[in-house]
Amino acid sequence: MEIFLQQIINGLVQGSVYALVALGYTMVYGILGLINFAHGEVVMVGAMLALSALTAMTGWGLSPLLALPLSLLLAMAGCMLLGYSIERIAYRPLRHAPRLAPLITAIGVSIVLQNLAMMIWGREYHAFPQLIANQPHHIAGAIINDMQIIIIIMALAIMAGLMVVVHRTRLGRAMRAVAENQHAAQLMGVDVNRVISITFMLGSALAAVAGLMVSANYGLAHYYMGFLLGLKAFTAAVLGGIGNLRGAMLGGLLLGLIESLGAGYIGDLTGGFMGSQYQDVFAFFVLIAVLVFRPSGLLGERLAERA
Amino acid sequence: MTPHLLKLSGIGKQFGGLSALTDVSLHINAGEIYGLIGPNGAGKTTLFNVITGLYQANSGEFRFNGHSYQTPKPHLLAQAGIARTFQNIRLFANLTALENVMIGCHVRTHAGVFGALLRNKATRTEERASMQRARELLRYVGIDKPAQTLAKNLSYGEQRRLEIARALATEPLLLALDEPAAGMNATETERLKVLLQNIRAKGITVMLIEHDVKLIMGLCDRVAVLDYGRKIAEGVPDEVRGNPAVIAAYLGADDE
Repeated sequence: MEIFLQQIINGLVQGSVYALVALGYTMVYGILGLINFAHGEVVMVGAMLALSALTAMTGWGLSPLLALPLSLLLAMAGCMLLGYSIERIAYRPLRHAPRLAPLITAIGVSIVLQNLAMMIWGREYHAFPQLIANQPHHIAGAIINDMQIIIIIMALAIMAGLMVVVHRTRLGRAMRAVAENQHAAQLMGVDVNRVISITFMLGSALAAVAGLMVSANYGLAHYYMGFLLGLKAFTAAVLGGIGNLRGAMLGGLLLGLIESLGAGYIGDLTGGFMGSQYQDVFAFFVLIAVLVFRPSGLLGERLAERA
Repeated sequence: MTPHLLKLSGIGKQFGGLSALTDVSLHINAGEIYGLIGPNGAGKTTLFNVITGLYQANSGEFRFNGHSYQTPKPHLLAQAGIARTFQNIRLFANLTALENVMIGCHVRTHAGVFGALLRNKATRTEERASMQRARELLRYVGIDKPAQTLAKNLSYGEQRRLEIARALATEPLLLALDEPAAGMNATETERLKVLLQNIRAKGITVMLIEHDVKLIMGLCDRVAVLDYGRKIAEGVPDEVRGNPAVIAAYLGADDE
């Protein structure tokens, strides 16, 4: 029972991060029909920027309680600029090209960003400083620490905020209109390019938050960390129904839970033949299963409606 | 002299080697209802798309409301005061009727990212005004279903009227309608005619493409006829009706 509860907690924490990243994939897909494979790298850049900013600020003697939010804001700003530039430079010129072209470009952007990050931050693992007293709390035998509580609460708050923006504001209405029909939206006076830029920037800001969360939770940052995380978050988006915001949130949380419960119990289930190192396999097993049995995802529209 | 709201001179549009429009010149006066007719494939919709900025003409001059436009972008023309509807309805199907109309208010409202994130007073006031205006427009075009109904759940006639409401929300000077009566029955067409006359009475210039010649002749002040991408006639409905070139275009020229 303790294991079960512990894995639920771990799953929720990891799932919150997946959900934030999956939202970035799904927003861009919803509006452009493009899978932005460089999104995982934006998460990595967010983590690296936050780490550099934190190191510098604490070096100047700033209190961690001030440095942490400041470096988060800085990372968000940096990633928004990065997301904007990626769209402007790599995707916009290909807006009317066949769909395969921007997809390949996305992979290219991803490789470029990884290598740039390697040149700037090096190949080694960076330890993420533990700045706040990370108090563990015991609930019914399971342990949850402060950082994990902060991650879950922040992720939920951000997701709720995003839903309000998308469903209750002029900007969100424009985003939904562009997602449905760019031409018609344009004729109603919506500046489609601007809406697309903003979508990339919002997604990238969420990616920065997720990047900081991951590295703070695991205490590590690395130039390659965005790759697997990005793929898993993409899986989460597909699981929930890509293009659907609620789907990305649900998919993210579910994937986190599936992974951590799977990792927790696979040893017992296979009589010790497979261990928790098989954790990563679950995500891709889920991806395959979804693509085979329900390609439109849990909350996805029927594909015919999109086409 | 009535001012020209829209003036096209020598407009040409080619798609690859195909010439869809050749040297089309016309003007629309402020406050009139202007009809554009012609046989299938005459270039009506192409001209319509040029006027609303969806296509860019390859040659010719485009003047609207005293300004010349080189390569007009649709959202800028919307800002300048041209609104349109589509032949095949293009509503935002998964947005509510109210939201569809509110999208139209976008041209005249300004709240951006920070407004959306901070929800300051100016943003909230603007939102309320848009919502109120959208409700009025829904009533005006005669949609009495709840404003929260998704656009895709409205009837065909209602969807057509919703498109007009959405276009009116942009506060246009020129309302351009692409076959507004397509698929409508006689009662619905009559209702549409009354609506368009009301809209003109409010001072909005109306331009429409239509296959229903009876509607065009009964509604328009002036009519232009296109055939093979050229304007072959223009004038008041009765003149155009008797024009031999028009009769030839519609019925086929008499070779013998």
